[in-house]
Amino acid sequence: MEKVGILIEVKADQIKKANYGVITAARGRDRQLYAFLLDGGRADHKLTLGRYGIHKIIEIAGQEGPLEWNPATWAQAVIEAMEYFGIRTLLGLTSSQGKDLLPRIAARLDAPLVMDCIHLNLAEHTVRKPQYSGKTIATLKVQGGHCIYGVRPNAIAAQPAPCEAETVIYRTAPAPAGLTVKAIKQAMSAGVDLSEAEIIIAGGRGMENGENFKILFECAALMGAAVGASRAAVDADWVPYAMQVGQTGVTVSPKVYIACGISGSVQHFAGMKTAGLIVAINQDLTAAIIGKCDYAIVADLFEIVPRLTRKLQALDGRI
Amino acid sequence: MQIYVCVKHVPDTAAKITVKAPNQIEEAITFIMNPYDENAIEEAVRIKKRRGDAEVIAVTLGKPAAENTLRSALAMGADRGILILTEDPPDSLVTARALTVAIEQDGTPDIIFTGKESIDNAGFQTMYRLAAALDMTVVSNVAAFALEGKRVVVECQMEGGARGVIELSLPCVIGAGKGLNKPSYPTLPAIMQARRKEVKRIALDSLRIEKPSARADILELKPAVEARRAQQLKGSAEEVVRQLIRILREEARVIE
Ligand SMILES: Cc1cc2nc3c(=O)[nH]c(=O)nc-3n(C[C@H](O)[C@H](O)[C@H](O)COP(=O)(O)OP(=O)(O)OC[C@H]3O[C@@H](n4cnc5c(N)ncnc54)[C@H](O)[C@@H]3O)c2cc1C
Ligand SMILES: Nc1ncnc2c1ncn2[C@@H]1O[C@H](COP(=O)(O)O)[C@@H](O)[C@H]1O
Repeated sequence: MEKVGILIEVKADQIKKANYGVITAARGRDRQLYAFLLDGGRADHKLTLGRYGIHKIIEIAGQEGPLEWNPATWAQAVIEAMEYFGIRTLLGLTSSQGKDLLPRIAARLDAPLVMDCIHLNLAEHTVRKPQYSGKTIATLKVQGGHCIYGVRPNAIAAQPAPCEAETVIYRTAPAPAGLTVKAIKQAMSAGVDLSEAEIIIAGGRGMENGENFKILFECAALMGAAVGASRAAVDADWVPYAMQVGQTGVTVSPKVYIACGISGSVQHFAGMKTAGLIVAINQDLTAAIIGKCDYAIVADLFEIVPRLTRKLQALDGRI
Repeated sequence: MQIYVCVKHVPDTAAKITVKAPNQIEEAITFIMNPYDENAIEEAVRIKKRRGDAEVIAVTLGKPAAENTLRSALAMGADRGILILTEDPPDSLVTARALTVAIEQDGTPDIIFTGKESIDNAGFQTMYRLAAALDMTVVSNVAAFALEGKRVVVECQMEGGARGVIELSLPCVIGAGKGLNKPSYPTLPAIMQARRKEVKRIALDSLRIEKPSARADILELKPAVEARRAQQLKGSAEEVVRQLIRILREEARVIE
C-alpha cells in the first residue's frame, strides 16, 4: 500500500476548498491518503476530509501545543512526520503557504519538486504544468526517493469519495530554525483570497482611479468574489500590489474571471488564462481581450458594474 | 561582504513561444533578465551603496547568450559576473548545485539574492535549494529588506496581501519579490562600463557536479491551446446584465 501525504491548508478553522482538488488528484488504487494538518487542531475535520477520501489525519503539533507559524519549523515538522509514517510522496497547493513550505521540504530532502501542476499521474510519476507564462504546457517526469508536487489551486476539480478518516496526533520538537517570525501584518482589505477565489472581478486602467474600485468591491461582496487588478492599476497606486494578477503578480484559476477596463495584455493573460470562464467588460471592440474571452460586453464598465451589483442585491433579497 | 545575485536569461513575456520537438523552444526571440532578478540586483546594489564594503557578483547558468543578462546586471551596478555555460540547461536540482559550487569556489557569500521565481519554467525552488546546500536560512517572495549589523529583517508576501515580518541571521538567501524595490534602469555610461567588467566563464561540466538520482525531466512541451470562442453579449445595459447573471448562475454555477 503506497502512502501519499497531503499538506492541508486551513483558514479560520476551515479547510480551504482548494485542498479537495489536491486530494482528488492524490487518490488511486492501493493508495492510502494522509492529510497533514498544522492548524493546532481546534476544529475536527474528520467528516470533511473523510468525504474526499482521506484515510488518516495527522495533526502535527509541538510538545506542548500547536506549532506557531514559522515556515522553517513547519517544513522540518512535516519532514519528520513523513519519515515517521513512511511517506515518500507529498502534495500541496501552489498557494502562498505552499510556495513557502513545499520547496523548503523538497530542498531538505533533495527531492524533485514540480510546482503549479494542472494534471498529475502519480502512478507514472508524470505531471503537466504551464510554462512560459502559460504559453506552453510541459509534461515532466520526476524520479527520486521522495517526490513533491504543488497543485495549482482550482486546476483540478474536487470529487467526493467518502471513507472513514481517523485522526492521529503527531508531536515533534523541531530544532531551532535560525529564522524568527516577528509579526504578521494583516492586509487592510481582508476579503476573499485571490489565488483561491471562485470568482474574481478585476479592474484595469479603465477604472480611472482608486476610488472607483469601490464599485468592484461592492459587487464582489455580493458574489463572494475577490477583487483583482491589472498592473496598470497597481502601478498607478490605485490598489496594492497584492491585487495584481498576471505574469509578475498572482496566478489565478477561478471559475469565473470578470475583467473590467482591462485590455488583455499577454502579461495579464499569463496570470488568468486558466480561468474557467472569462468575461470582459471593455468599451473598445478592438481590445485584445475581446477576442480572447468567452463573453464580451462591449460597453462602459460604469454602466454595467453598478447595474450588476443592483441585480445581485435584488436577487439576494429574494433568496 | 560578498553578495551574490543569481540572474536568469529568459524569453521576454511578450515573445511568441514556438515549440521545437520535443522539449525545446525556438530561441530566435527577445530574451530579458528574469523580472524578479532585476529586483534582486537592485537590492544588492543598494546595500553596496549604503555600506561601501560590499562586492556584488552576478551569477547565471545558461547558454552563451545568457551573457547579455549578466551584462545587464553589471550595468545595473554589479561588480563582476560568473557565467556557467551549458548548451543543455539542466533541471532545478542540478541548476542549484551548479550555482552553489560556482559560488563556493568563488568566495564566501554573506547574502545570496535570487528572484522569487523564474518566469519561463516557474520552478519556485532554486533559492531554497541554494540555502539547503549551503546551510543558510532562506525567505522568498520578499517585499521589504533591511540589514542591521548581522541581522536581517524582511517582510515576505503572504496570503491575501498579509506580510510576515521575519528576522534571520547571516548568511542567508533572499528571494526577491516585485514589491521589494523599483529597479532603476542603467545609464548609457553604465552600460558602456559594464562591457569592461570582469566575467568569469565556467563550463558546467568542469564543475564536476555529481548527477543526483533525483530529477525532473521535461518529456514534452506543447503549445497551450486557446480554446475560447468569444461571444458578444448584445442589447441594452439592462439586457446585457441580465444575460450575465444567467451565465453566472446557470453556466458557471457560481451564484444562486
Ligand atoms: C515584464 C512585464 C511584466 C508585466 N506583468 C504584468 C502583470 O503581472 N499583470 C498585468 O496586468 N500587466 C503586466 N504587465 C503590463 C502589461 O503589459 C500591460 O501594460 C497592462 O496589463 C495593461 O493594463 P490594463 O489592461 O489595465 O491597461 P490598458 O492596456 O491601458 O487597458 C485599459 C483598457 O480599459 C478600457 N477602458 C477604458 N475605460 C473604460 C470604461 N469606462 N469601460 C470599459 N472599458 C474601458 C480600454 O478600452 C482599454 O482596453 C507587464 C509588463 C511587462 C513588460
Ligand atoms: N539558470 C539560472 N541561472 C541563474 N539563476 C537562476 C537560474 N535558474 C534559476 N535561477 C534563480 O532562481 C530564481 C528562482 O528560479 P526558479 O526556481 O526556477 O523559479 C530565479 O529568479 C533566479 O534568481
